[in-house]
Amino acid sequence: MTGAAAAANYAAKRPGARETVSTRRDPVTGLHRFANPGRFLRLADAVQPWTTAAAVLLIGAGLAGGLLLSPPDYQQGDAVRIMYVHVPSAWMAMGIYLAMALASAAGLIWRHALAHVAAAAAAPIGACFTVVCLATGMLWGKPIWGAWWVWDARLTSVLVLMFLYLGFMALAKAFDTTSRGDRAAALLAVAGAVNLPVIKYSVDWWNTLHQPSSITLTSAPSIHVSMLVPLLATAAGAACLFLSLLAVRVRAELLARRLRTLRLAEAHGEPGRG
Amino acid sequence: MIRFSALVGRELRLVWRQPGEAATAVLFFILAVILFPLGIGPEPALLARLAAGLLWVAALLAALLSLDRLFREDHEDGSLELLLLSPVAPELVVGAKSVAHWLTTGLPLIGAAPLIGALLDFDPTGGAALAAAMVLGTPTISLIGAMGAAMTLGARTSGVLLSLLVLPLLIPVLIFGAGAVQAALAGAAPRQPLLFLAALLAAAAVIAPWAAGVAVRQAMD
Repeated sequence: MTGAAAAANYAAKRPGARETVSTRRDPVTGLHRFANPGRFLRLADAVQPWTTAAAVLLIGAGLAGGLLLSPPDYQQGDAVRIMYVHVPSAWMAMGIYLAMALASAAGLIWRHALAHVAAAAAAPIGACFTVVCLATGMLWGKPIWGAWWVWDARLTSVLVLMFLYLGFMALAKAFDTTSRGDRAAALLAVAGAVNLPVIKYSVDWWNTLHQPSSITLTSAPSIHVSMLVPLLATAAGAACLFLSLLAVRVRAELLARRLRTLRLAEAHGEPGRG
Repeated sequence: MIRFSALVGRELRLVWRQPGEAATAVLFFILAVILFPLGIGPEPALLARLAAGLLWVAALLAALLSLDRLFREDHEDGSLELLLLSPVAPELVVGAKSVAHWLTTGLPLIGAAPLIGALLDFDPTGGAALAAAMVLGTPTISLIGAMGAAMTLGARTSGVLLSLLVLPLLIPVLIFGAGAVQAALAGAAPRQPLLFLAALLAAAAVIAPWAAGVAVRQAMD
């Protein structure tokens, strides 16, 4: 706010600057407004009940539709139903990494502490989705491919994604000062983002055992609508679940950091300022 | 460019005055490879099949061993801070350190590779492909490793953490490095894996010094 005031003050001193004042965008409008932890938490509190309810409904309906109502695959039989968990968690694993990398970049560029908090809060959720994706993939691979694991490009690159999540979490906690860990981990998240296109296009670039995607944004999906609808429902539910968990984790992380600051202040013998 | 070569020269002089430390990586490389015939049995046919992969894994681990030191000593005695205060860009400083690391680790490893190959009964028809793959692959190890070393600078458990960060990022180098040799041994042209290695090197040469430069500056704050 002081930045905006200073800018307005500066603009007012220049002759004929009234227009500049009125058309100038306040630097704290736009998405930067939500870099304020208090404002973010109020928004998160307002949104969280809705995302939680939507997650329960969508995942419930999607799983009911996928596991009970949809037909078995003509080749894979009932094993195809693993898809309703596997594909959404794979999408989330990549989507959360992208969100984490973007938040990390925002934290590095604009030095918003909240962006680092959000990235740190998102990492374990993304790692869990990656584990679910790998585990369901292995369960599916045993009956269909005849092996728990094959070393093809898609599987290997998702395994690398898993290690990037783990490395991010380990690096963020490896330093005595929170801010140094935040920024080192943010750098890793941004540099590791090169893995995302590799995962996405691994099935196209290499002749992999993993099948190419059936659903793309640019063409009609190649799976039947009775399978597509439950799949999209669970995917949307997984996204809502992520938002709910993220809100909880960001709140917890902010409280933990405030507690840490208070304890440090107390240890230094100063009156704690909340 | 003069500053860059002066920086590389400084690193090389530092290593030259402590020749034991540079030799450690090569000795580790040879020892690690020697362990495999003892562990899996000395059948020449089996060893010849595994040789390319073993060479690459051992080279990766040997290069990691010396990475932990890359910035730490300069960080502890304050010379890293002086280097960053100098008019040289931080990207250039870490680039010079990566080049020096390759000259003192990657190049000796390439030199030791024929000896190791002989111990493992490596088929010489794959020799040219292995040499080309190592020439293209080991600089990528140094570049990405320097990035990891800069990120973990000042961390409590930097050594273990460094391996956790760097090894997953180096998996492509291993895949295409071993793939080039396998292709040559199978009688095919190793062109495609070698081009992938070159692409990885080009990408790492752009991304890694930038990220390492930012990380080193952060470590100074």
